[in-house]
Amino acid sequence: MVAPVTRRSPAYDVAAATPDPEIPTLTIEDLGILRSVDYSPDRGTVVTITPTYSGCPAMREIAADVQARLSRAGFERVTVATQLTPPWSTDWITAEGHRKLAAVGIAPPSAAPRRAGPVPLTLGRPSAVACPRCGSTDTRLTAQFSATACKSLHRCNACGEPFEAVKPL
Amino acid sequence: MSTGDTIMPGYEPDDDNPYDHLSEDHDLGHRWAFGTGFTDPLEGVDTSVPDGLDPGALVRYCLALGDDALIYSHRLQQWVARLPELEEETAVANIALDLLGQARLLLARAGGIVGQTEDQLAFFREEKDFRNVRLAEHADRDFAELVVRLLLFSTWRLALFESLAGCADPVLAAIAAKGVNELAYHRDYAAAWVVRLGDGTALSHAKAQAALEALWPLAGELFLPDPDALTALDRGAFDAIVDTVLTTAGLDRPAAAPLAPVGGRTGRDGVHTEAMGYILAELQSVARAHPDATW
Repeated sequence: MVAPVTRRSPAYDVAAATPDPEIPTLTIEDLGILRSVDYSPDRGTVVTITPTYSGCPAMREIAADVQARLSRAGFERVTVATQLTPPWSTDWITAEGHRKLAAVGIAPPSAAPRRAGPVPLTLGRPSAVACPRCGSTDTRLTAQFSATACKSLHRCNACGEPFEAVKPL
Repeated sequence: MSTGDTIMPGYEPDDDNPYDHLSEDHDLGHRWAFGTGFTDPLEGVDTSVPDGLDPGALVRYCLALGDDALIYSHRLQQWVARLPELEEETAVANIALDLLGQARLLLARAGGIVGQTEDQLAFFREEKDFRNVRLAEHADRDFAELVVRLLLFSTWRLALFESLAGCADPVLAAIAAKGVNELAYHRDYAAAWVVRLGDGTALSHAKAQAALEALWPLAGELFLPDPDALTALDRGAFDAIVDTVLTTAGLDRPAAAPLAPVGGRTGRDGVHTEAMGYILAELQSVARAHPDATW
């Protein structure tokens, strides 16, 4: 797994502050969507982002927002490029991202599955996710998909809280 | 709506409130809303075709896999607002969205080689030019057919994409590698429901078995030899997964023969079932009525 690029520069800092349209307290840096910010004489500032899911409807808005922010900050020529490989993983969500997810009541993801060979079929009950409200691991999965593809729905048996969790990917 | 132009009296935009940033009009003329102004999903990706690959075959293959996803996604979208529970609504809608995303990437890959956009390919091709398998266009008659069909399709597509993740075209390989993670969730969702129905009541068992009998003939087409394919898929991997689910569910694997080709031709050759015309009419009518519209 490739770690997120964290080469700091003024342009990087501007791009990194772009909020995620779906969970705006998190930035695209927190989520590992921002892969790199480089400069080339012919393309100007090149911001490389990666989609979380193939059908993520936020990519277009993120790209436009990155463009606008850099433009306002005085960067004249900006190119936003898509990177498909390696595919995004929830392991790229930073520690700060985990903290912010929990703060808005969304359970952060556990470590993404490491696979050697074919993807195994999961028929049993998935491992319990800790409740972001009370911390209990006495929780149950109520739905494998939630309001967005990247989250599942759970309920805490201890405190009764219904909550979302980011699915490990 | 620009910053400060608020419909809430007494409300002052706050620099620390991230929602305010989302409602700003962007300097470049973009207004924040989902679904506005889609751009090329392969923007910035190196889309040159590697030496040694036949571009025509690569286009046909990407269209086949893209059309499977586009038409299957449309069928799933038709379920939304008709499902038994809210949790199934969100699941089916999200699976449809994943497949639509895969379709966009694959059609963009094909279109980039022949100089067409994903929208031109999706909305302005005739039925005979669509290459999806007939399983993708089937109209599910009940929830059992929905989950059984999704089990067959996602098990096949997951095995295929795992294999394609190492294929000779780096763009297709990247699209496939990304899709693997999504399809794994689709297959688990379908498998869990097939087990629940098969191992549930007498009625749910009967409906699941009937769905399996109805859909099994359509699975044969998934494994027909394809001269354009960039990977060889072994049916054994598919059968092993499906048999595990059916055994757990207490369902019998049907013995039905595959649906016959028509004059030697199947969905991959542009020969479809009667259902296909109705899907395309719904999918394409707005774009065809307003071919220059932007929104």
